[in-house]
Amino acid sequence: MSILVDATTRVVVQGITGKEGRFHTEQCLRYGTKVVAGVTPGKGGQVLRDLPNTDGVPVFDTVEEAVRKEGANTSLIFVPAPYAADAILEAADAGVSVIVCITEGIPPLDMLRVVEFVRRRGARLIGPNCPGVISPGRAKVGIMPGHIHRPGFVGVVSRSGTLTYEAVFQITQRGLGQSTCVGIGGDPIIGSSFVDILQLFRDDPETRIVVLIGEIGGTAEEEAAAYIRETAFPKPVVAFVAGQTAPPGRRMGHAGAIILGGRGTAEAKVHALRAAGVAVVDNPARIGEAVWIVARSWGWG
Amino acid sequence: MNIHEYQSKMLLGRLGLPIPRGEVADSPEAARMAAERLAAEGVPAFVVKAQIHAGGRGKAGGIRRADTPEAVEAVARALLGRPLITPQTGPEGKLVRRVLVEEAVSIVAEYYVAVLVDRSLQKPIVLASPAGGVDIEEVAARRPEAIFREVLWDLDRIHPYQARRLGLRMGLQGTRLAEFGRIVQGLVEAFWRYDAMLVEVNPLVALTDDRLLLLDAKVVLDDNALYRHPDLAALRDVEEEDPLEVEAARARLSYIRLDGNIGCMVNGAGLAMATMDIIQWAGGRPANFLDVGGGASPEQVAQAFRILMADPRVKAVLINIFGGILRCDRLATGIVTAAREVSVRVPMVIRLEGTNVEEGRRILAESGLNFMVAHDMEEAARKVVELARGGGS
Repeated sequence: MSILVDATTRVVVQGITGKEGRFHTEQCLRYGTKVVAGVTPGKGGQVLRDLPNTDGVPVFDTVEEAVRKEGANTSLIFVPAPYAADAILEAADAGVSVIVCITEGIPPLDMLRVVEFVRRRGARLIGPNCPGVISPGRAKVGIMPGHIHRPGFVGVVSRSGTLTYEAVFQITQRGLGQSTCVGIGGDPIIGSSFVDILQLFRDDPETRIVVLIGEIGGTAEEEAAAYIRETAFPKPVVAFVAGQTAPPGRRMGHAGAIILGGRGTAEAKVHALRAAGVAVVDNPARIGEAVWIVARSWGWG
Repeated sequence: MNIHEYQSKMLLGRLGLPIPRGEVADSPEAARMAAERLAAEGVPAFVVKAQIHAGGRGKAGGIRRADTPEAVEAVARALLGRPLITPQTGPEGKLVRRVLVEEAVSIVAEYYVAVLVDRSLQKPIVLASPAGGVDIEEVAARRPEAIFREVLWDLDRIHPYQARRLGLRMGLQGTRLAEFGRIVQGLVEAFWRYDAMLVEVNPLVALTDDRLLLLDAKVVLDDNALYRHPDLAALRDVEEEDPLEVEAARARLSYIRLDGNIGCMVNGAGLAMATMDIIQWAGGRPANFLDVGGGASPEQVAQAFRILMADPRVKAVLINIFGGILRCDRLATGIVTAAREVSVRVPMVIRLEGTNVEEGRRILAESGLNFMVAHDMEEAARKVVELARGGGS
């Protein structure tokens, strides 16, 4: 088992005819992901040939057609920011159950409406502004370099993109592998939080250790820490919080500080996570080592 | 994007919110003429406010009262063309290029009101306090019971009962309570109309005649939404921003100047912060935060490289790239292109991993560029710290 994506995942790529969409469709197919359709409004009827592991990927004008004709159950979005919120809404409306939005730069006020609608439709949104989801050896629905991953029992959840690759790479170099890696995205308003993904990892028998990669700003790490503590999370968690040496970011006036009330700094996050029993590493080059030590101490190494 | 107080007030006034009568001026003479026009409307006394992108102006002497147009001119002369140093500007201060000349008003009470998004609730909220004017963050820390909030469940509107509840909790009554409700509704409308990240009024003041007035206002706009607001995009004052940061923003790079001597170029904000963390862990100090982003083009990478090399404090450079959307071959092409144009006067450590890494490494190796390769972050950090100290090669 894994979470969110597996061998039954059938992907529709929204924005498939764009440069990034096309490149990463090819990368996902090469990894073995079933990309069954693409959507680009106005380009319906085309079939993209010369792609690996497929006879061709049909392009539709709407997500609804991709779901009806090709059985797509997961969407991967590369649509440019001004149109991306609309693309997410369309995917949720078409009944896609997992929506992964890579696009960066969607206005947060647009996302407020989007997350409400997605939730109402019972779909799960990952991102935006994220690297996507990969269950190594089964499916890659995102832009992460597949070759650094390896099937295993470490679940990875992260607000970052490239820092996630760094962590995964270190875990793989230690001879361990990953059950599923989820980049939840770095934007202020995202579809799934650390807590949402921790809940999925809790119920996934394949995941034995969770790695959580946080960063300064917001309170998602503090909320994750509270969840781990209050629910006596049954699996060991290793964490890193980026930005321990970063200067205070751009101020959101006084109001931002009032909402945070002292939370949000790297120090506060590290403290909350440690208080919840999480093994927090200070050196980002030692994430893999920390996971390896935990695995060995449990006799899994 | 930050804008000036006078611009914030203009945007809010346009929606019918009550702002003081006033004009912006960029010379002492213009300030006097503005005051004369206000005097002709019956304004008896004035306030001259320095317009810079930083708070804390009052205590720093950037907001002064003047009783006559001549006094306004003198105050404007004292403020304009000089740096104003506040706790938020840094020790070098910010050059005052404009002043806002406003009517002086008789204040009986000062309140605080703000609209912004609460990330964990995923809803906009309105924050309000009867303890406005003073250091509101201190109020929040010491007397959190003096801060009230309403969650906008319907996202783009505050229900009348919510506005009323806020006003009542703040001790407002009668015409002031009704007026407060209208103002809060207007601020929520402005928040959405302008795609703002923050609308903050501090203070909102009550006058002797019971009117309420937005005495100071701050609107922070969302850069990502400016594409649909060309009129708002034009409010950007690039003179208020760090020149290298402006250049970076033009190339769609995220760059923040810091005070160390190790230049960094990294893809992704998280990895960029982690790279800064590990430089510090290895005993060095980063000169900047520079995120070339997920989908950087060779041109953007080249521009990033030029920005790094333009900083005279940089003694060594660490390029740390883990390719995903940004393919290592593109990055390598960008570096090679830039290094041919810009003289590379400092040692460089490059660490590449990820998509198309072999191709990227080949491009770099065949370029003839002089750099050190590191195989992981820790090695990269140790090497660059040593190089910045002038050791090794």
